[in-house]
Amino acid sequence: MRGQLLAIALVIAGGVAVCLLSLVNYTSLSATREQYYQEHQFADVFVSVKRAPRQLVQQAASLPGVARLASRVEGTAKLTLPDYPEPVSAHLVSVPPTGQPRVNQLFLREGRLPAPSHAPEVSIIGSFADAHQLRLDDTFSAIINGRKQTLKVVGIVESPEFIYVIPPGGMLPDYQRFGVLWLNQETLAAAMDMRGAFNSLVLQVTPGHSIEDVIDQLDRLLARYGSTGAFARHDQFSHQFLSDELEQLKAMAVIFPAIFMGVAMFLLNVVITRLINTQREIVAILKAFGYSNWQIGWHYSQMVLAIALTGLAIGCFSGLWLGHELGELYMDYYRFPSLLFRIDPQWLVLLTLISLAVALLGGWRSIRSAAALPPAEAMRPEGPARYHITPPEQLLPWIRFRQPSRMIVRQLSRKPGRTTLSVFGIAMATAIVVVGNFQFSSVSLMVHTQFARVQKQDLTATLTDPVNPSALFNMARQNGVRYVEGRRSAPVELVHEHRRWRTVLTGMPPDAHLQFVVDRNLENVSLPPAGLLLTDFLAESLGVRTGDSVQVQVLEGKRPVLTLVVAGITSEFLGVGAYMNLNAMNRALREGPRVNQVLMNLVPEQSNTVYQSLRDTPGIMATNLRQAMLDSFFETLARTFLTYTSIISLLGGIIAFGVIYNTARISLAERGRDLASLRVLGYSHNEVAHILLGELAILLLLGIPLGWATGFGLAGLVVTALQTELYRVPVVVTGKTLALAASVVVLSALISGFITWWRLRRLDLVAVLKTRE
Amino acid sequence: MASDAHQKTPVFQTTGLTKTYHQGEVDVHALRGVDLALYPGELVVMLGASGSGKSTLLNILGGLDIPSSGQVRYQDIELSGASDRDLTRYRRDYVGFVFQFYNLIPSLTARENVIAVTEIARDPMAPEDALDMVGLASRMDHFPAQLSGGEQQRVAIARAISKRPQVLLCDEPTGALDSATGILVLVALERANRETGTTTVIITHNASIARMADRVITLSDGVISGEHRNAVRQNPRTLSW
Repeated sequence: MRGQLLAIALVIAGGVAVCLLSLVNYTSLSATREQYYQEHQFADVFVSVKRAPRQLVQQAASLPGVARLASRVEGTAKLTLPDYPEPVSAHLVSVPPTGQPRVNQLFLREGRLPAPSHAPEVSIIGSFADAHQLRLDDTFSAIINGRKQTLKVVGIVESPEFIYVIPPGGMLPDYQRFGVLWLNQETLAAAMDMRGAFNSLVLQVTPGHSIEDVIDQLDRLLARYGSTGAFARHDQFSHQFLSDELEQLKAMAVIFPAIFMGVAMFLLNVVITRLINTQREIVAILKAFGYSNWQIGWHYSQMVLAIALTGLAIGCFSGLWLGHELGELYMDYYRFPSLLFRIDPQWLVLLTLISLAVALLGGWRSIRSAAALPPAEAMRPEGPARYHITPPEQLLPWIRFRQPSRMIVRQLSRKPGRTTLSVFGIAMATAIVVVGNFQFSSVSLMVHTQFARVQKQDLTATLTDPVNPSALFNMARQNGVRYVEGRRSAPVELVHEHRRWRTVLTGMPPDAHLQFVVDRNLENVSLPPAGLLLTDFLAESLGVRTGDSVQVQVLEGKRPVLTLVVAGITSEFLGVGAYMNLNAMNRALREGPRVNQVLMNLVPEQSNTVYQSLRDTPGIMATNLRQAMLDSFFETLARTFLTYTSIISLLGGIIAFGVIYNTARISLAERGRDLASLRVLGYSHNEVAHILLGELAILLLLGIPLGWATGFGLAGLVVTALQTELYRVPVVVTGKTLALAASVVVLSALISGFITWWRLRRLDLVAVLKTRE
Repeated sequence: MASDAHQKTPVFQTTGLTKTYHQGEVDVHALRGVDLALYPGELVVMLGASGSGKSTLLNILGGLDIPSSGQVRYQDIELSGASDRDLTRYRRDYVGFVFQFYNLIPSLTARENVIAVTEIARDPMAPEDALDMVGLASRMDHFPAQLSGGEQQRVAIARAISKRPQVLLCDEPTGALDSATGILVLVALERANRETGTTTVIITHNASIARMADRVITLSDGVISGEHRNAVRQNPRTLSW
């Protein structure tokens, strides 16, 4: 019995652990972010302009609702790092000559903020420093606004604005090839020809004041300075990504523990019923002595509560430990100054109450029936079990069942409720492993699709300003370049009825060879001569269908407002966007033929030459390499998923073990006499074990496929729940995932099967014969 | 049949058989040196009070238990010191058991309980014949829960004889039954012994049963305290208690 009770305690522990680990991470990350935002004055509203005079800052600061404001110069640079041939780009942000900005203050890991000086100083973000092992006083060269400068590292910092660091135009972190650098305002303004001007405002809104109102006022104030439109914190990339992650953790804190607790309740019910059946006589004697129903009930409740508390203790301990380990892993992705390890004591109390309630509910039925048994009836042994010929035997009369096989099917069909729940428990264990693992395949497919089917270019170069496509001929003639394609992208706001969405409108050549848009079946969608293509997620958010008209407010250049017809819907996993024919877009923007993105395919051996020449080409803002991005992404992803998968597989294994071990042990207890009788009749140990293990095998055969199906369904739910603007993960359940789920469950079954086999060996034949049924 | 039994080589031969159980801190000497020979085809009743060691002796003869010392030999097979695998093989091939509490498999019908044995036996009789022999031809497809105690015990006898065992060992076969039902069971056992020639040992504390035996052995305190031979085997139908 001890093993069985421990197995149940472990299932409860699994639920508690997974709940706690999700809660710990959720609470810790939320608290860390909250504190970080607060201490470092993270902005509520962000806005970029082309160039606005410094005098305007005062005007913006005096807008109603603006509490704190910082004006900045932002820019980009191409960096050359010693012994690193690949293109590295950087986002540049200015800090005031006086030090910390009023909004979006920096956390100093090491060193200091850049001061105004002749030799340009720079503070760099920690992820970039780590990736290149840059230390204080190291130098590297940068091309800012076409001019080469040598930058000296004076500080290593983190910023609430860049907790999740993604290169522009990319979707995945790439710490090697993209960094964020802070320069003194004077230095950066000089380099960017922005003296006496700013191109970025970040501000905090007075608590209680409408953020929308501030955004409207800013847009009015800054429209003629080339504003791309102010946006609130929830549209800020790093914030948005982290919020999505927190939502996932919250979902995990509910879904998985619910499954665990359900299984624990079922197991408690089965085991306690069995235990009380074996103790009927004791119950009878106690009642005959005058113990009340309540006292009997309490006696068994104590045991149930002890199991729950054991589970709770193991669960708390391992949940906190795992939470801590996973939290460390999160720090690879999220650049926080440090992780606050937090758990709200309220949660612990709630979790304790839930565990105790689950245990009591699980045991309740059997405890109540034990307490309610009249002593005389309790004194009598339970009547002989009734069996019947099962439907499979009736339906398959031509199959010659051996008698042990008949015993298996009849035993399973005698208690259909219990059998169903056992199958369900095994299915849940399988499903948990499937859900824990499918995400890796799904994310892999998502990324591979994006980069193999949709983005075939080796390199994407973003230009500072749109140029005439004839410039592409020069690029195509360079050594090492195989093929070049130009595109035009512009920030826009799409408006349909009351719905608005800020995104990028991309003009693509009609005969594009490198980057496409695809539909749900990953087939290329051909570009209509006019009209828009919208990502399905975006079309849904705007509430438009093919044929509807959408207002497109272009947020740069001449800022035309266009009305375009939605000509088709595309389906992408990463990001959302609007697309149209390049020529049609150029006509609509009234700028003549222009491109501002260059896609290239390279001769692999000569790619370094191309990188170097791109770095030295003025007008090229940043370059992204496909392979590099993929490599670094999968490296990090694989590590995280391995940890995550191991944890989930372990949890699935615990459930499977809990269910299977208890089923096996109860079978052994209930049928020890039958099995001993067969041993006496000359059946060998293994022939008899076949009956017990065959029962388990049938439960597995039914439970595992059901678990696959359930896992698939749950995966679908998870995916739907986690759809965000940034990515929509497809449900991909590979054979490998199914095999892994089955292996985890089968391994648990083998362990429980072996223990049962061993116990059966030690069965005392003579003792069993002496006892009455 | 009984008269020429002595001339044959014994089926079982035990010498100096002892068995000691350790119960908590006490040693229980269940058998204290039993020398016994059982002959082919004879029906032996072993009498003894509870705790006299008769069940222990039967368990050792049936290969369910091994002696602490002494020897027990079935034909050429040495049972003392045999491995679990050998004892299983021995029970499967040679021994039929009937127990006080029937030990039927509740999930199998009467017929299937018999088949459970015939399908692993070397030379079984048809299960239906075995059930017919104990008078249960009409109840073959009933589950144990649908049968009376006497019927269940007769299924157990059918199951024991269906493999055509060399030896039939019965431990208090009527112990859980009223006398009328018990007699039906004894009739079935006597018929099986007569028609199949199986050496049959019945252990009981009920002295009335002794009259149906060829030979009666009495055990007390772990040793054989008496033995006598009935001149005539009395028909079990005429027994009463």
